[in-house]
Amino acid sequence: MKISNKKTGKRVVIDPVSRVEGHGKVTLLLDENNRLQEARLHIVEFRGFEKFIEGRPYEEVAVLVQRLCGICPVSHHLAAAKAIDQLVGVNQLTPTAEKIRRLLHYGQVLQSHALHFFHLSSPDLLFGFESDLHRRNIIEVIKDFPDIGRQGIQLRKFGQDIIQAISGKKIHGVIAVPGGVNRSLDISQRDTLRAQLPDVLEKSQKAVAISRDLYLSNIEMHQRFGFIESSFLGLVDSKGALELYDGNIRIKDQEGNIFQDQLDDNHYFDYIQEEVRSWSYMKFPFLSDLGIEKGWYRVGPLARINNCDFISTPLAEKARQEFIQFHHGVAQAPLAYHWARMIELLHCAEQIETLLQDEDILGNELILKGKAQQEGIGVIEAPRGTLIHHYKIDDEGLIEKANLIVSTTQNNQAMNDSVREVAQEYIDGQEITEGALNQIEVAIRAYDPCLSCATHAMGKMPLKLELFDHQGLLLDTKTKSGF
Amino acid sequence: MPQKISPRKIKIDQQDIPFSEGQSIMEAAEQAGVYIPHLCHKAGYKAHGSCRLCTVKASGRWVSACTEPAEVGLQVENNSSELQSQRRAIVQLLFAEGNHHCPFCEKSGNCQLQAVAYSLDMHDAHFAHQFPHRTLDASHPEVLLDRDRCIQCELCVRASKEHDKKNVFALSGRGPHTQLIVNSESGKLKDSEIEKDDEAIKVCPTGALMNRSKPFSVPIGQRQFDNIPIDQQSTGKSGNNEAQP
Repeated sequence: MKISNKKTGKRVVIDPVSRVEGHGKVTLLLDENNRLQEARLHIVEFRGFEKFIEGRPYEEVAVLVQRLCGICPVSHHLAAAKAIDQLVGVNQLTPTAEKIRRLLHYGQVLQSHALHFFHLSSPDLLFGFESDLHRRNIIEVIKDFPDIGRQGIQLRKFGQDIIQAISGKKIHGVIAVPGGVNRSLDISQRDTLRAQLPDVLEKSQKAVAISRDLYLSNIEMHQRFGFIESSFLGLVDSKGALELYDGNIRIKDQEGNIFQDQLDDNHYFDYIQEEVRSWSYMKFPFLSDLGIEKGWYRVGPLARINNCDFISTPLAEKARQEFIQFHHGVAQAPLAYHWARMIELLHCAEQIETLLQDEDILGNELILKGKAQQEGIGVIEAPRGTLIHHYKIDDEGLIEKANLIVSTTQNNQAMNDSVREVAQEYIDGQEITEGALNQIEVAIRAYDPCLSCATHAMGKMPLKLELFDHQGLLLDTKTKSGF
Repeated sequence: MPQKISPRKIKIDQQDIPFSEGQSIMEAAEQAGVYIPHLCHKAGYKAHGSCRLCTVKASGRWVSACTEPAEVGLQVENNSSELQSQRRAIVQLLFAEGNHHCPFCEKSGNCQLQAVAYSLDMHDAHFAHQFPHRTLDASHPEVLLDRDRCIQCELCVRASKEHDKKNVFALSGRGPHTQLIVNSESGKLKDSEIEKDDEAIKVCPTGALMNRSKPFSVPIGQRQFDNIPIDQQSTGKSGNNEAQP
């Protein structure tokens, strides 16, 4: 971390923000009394995927776009694949293809959630938000809390093992092809994964307990921290159950009432719009019916657990009920994301158990064909929230237009507002310390943002904190050397 | 009693390699299971000598192994650090000259260019990428021509003419403007005689010519070069290092 002083005031830069994916910076605007006026999370990456895939053959897109991310490539692979299924006229896959894709997806969500909670966020929660910078990492967690550290690593490994078994690689494998999959599991792969299940289920239940207990350990502060109120958007199935792979859109208002339900995700453009602001490469989606000011919403684990009526797997459902009862129906605190995230992790483990008992995953009917069409939309619940891929092709099957609305993008306004809330409490009128800056990072981190995905850069994720006075004069900038 | 005739032999990296009358150094090497890196050569096709990857030192002279006849007593240097370094530079130039995006290329794992690059321990393109603007021909419903990936080896030209008896492809232009053209009135694949099962598509050592009907159908782990490097796949008998579609 470095702090420099100029005649105009202190300059403080957080660069990079650690333990999130992507590049960003935070700007705080102060009034003439140095009171906080505005807080902005800027995303300074430019990816351009939507543009440079134009002119490429549709059949390579599901493999190409997964390069958006190294954490959740499976989500992009599958969302694109669902859109491409439509391009080749396949609305229903073979049981084997659908179950293989689902199994892959649950493995992906499980590993991503484990990574985020244990590797990225647990240091804050276990050591304290303003604890020694050098201790806030997974290595120190392993030293001080070896059981928790190993648990996270083993859970993530299991998710990655599933991904590798199905797609051939832990990162950026290939399984989904137009209208299906290119392979199923063989018996030895299935049995190897099955053998790990008892341990995984036990660790998943412990993960829920750890996240819950940490949240409850300082409940007053944790519920206040970065608190905002919003509506929530996510997929549910036709009965209102939590659905991660394929469902319809449900939107709940901030009181927890269903605002819209069973919306056809193929018509997302009828109810979701995106606003562009000059100071960020990340767009601001909003609900058309509510407009720019009131229409922003949240997605991801918190939205999904708030939104669904139930979870189809027993252990996760029991955990959901406890979560909902505690929050009296709807949870708004950003830090509740962690608890919700671990409930989903448990759900994934249970779903994986079910699928690994299903003979269909060994089947040979892999690909279907239908009547080709020129537009396809794929919507999936990625670890960080609802993910939309939309493609139009020309007569030769080349991409003419692509629109990707990524999970983190939909949490853009929420992250900005949470940053403002935390800045108000820990920065406003006070000396900027490294610990105070980490408070801002903790708020951003709760959303598990993937800024690389959201801007459709490679590398670490720098966040730059700048303090301006009301005339736009830069007062402070703070930077970190990262980890 | 007839006198026993000693087989004709050359030496490649000090190893005795028998050959038959008329064989090139490459053919003799392949027959003996000795790998000499190559891209434009394929057993069964007339030697082309254009990619220069198979350059060896034969009794002190720099020659392309695919065009140089084997001769009794020839001392061939093949697997030396000097030659490997130069071959690596050739492959790096190929990567810099085209637009080879392995991460999403369907041919990845089945691509000879990629496999040769791995075999030559190439870690980056070294040279500045040219990012040429080349057109893609997706006009045919089952065959894709992606000129970004074309290394101008003319294997498709030879296969179409000699094997498929169609004469669909040719190289046109000069220097950096050289490109693969299609023999049809419109210049498009859709108006040519190409068919998805043509040998011209199968022989392509990169993903320049692809059968579009079953994209990404070979799972990772089952692709030709996933488990055994190209330099260990040289069976010699068939001389077939080319990827299977």
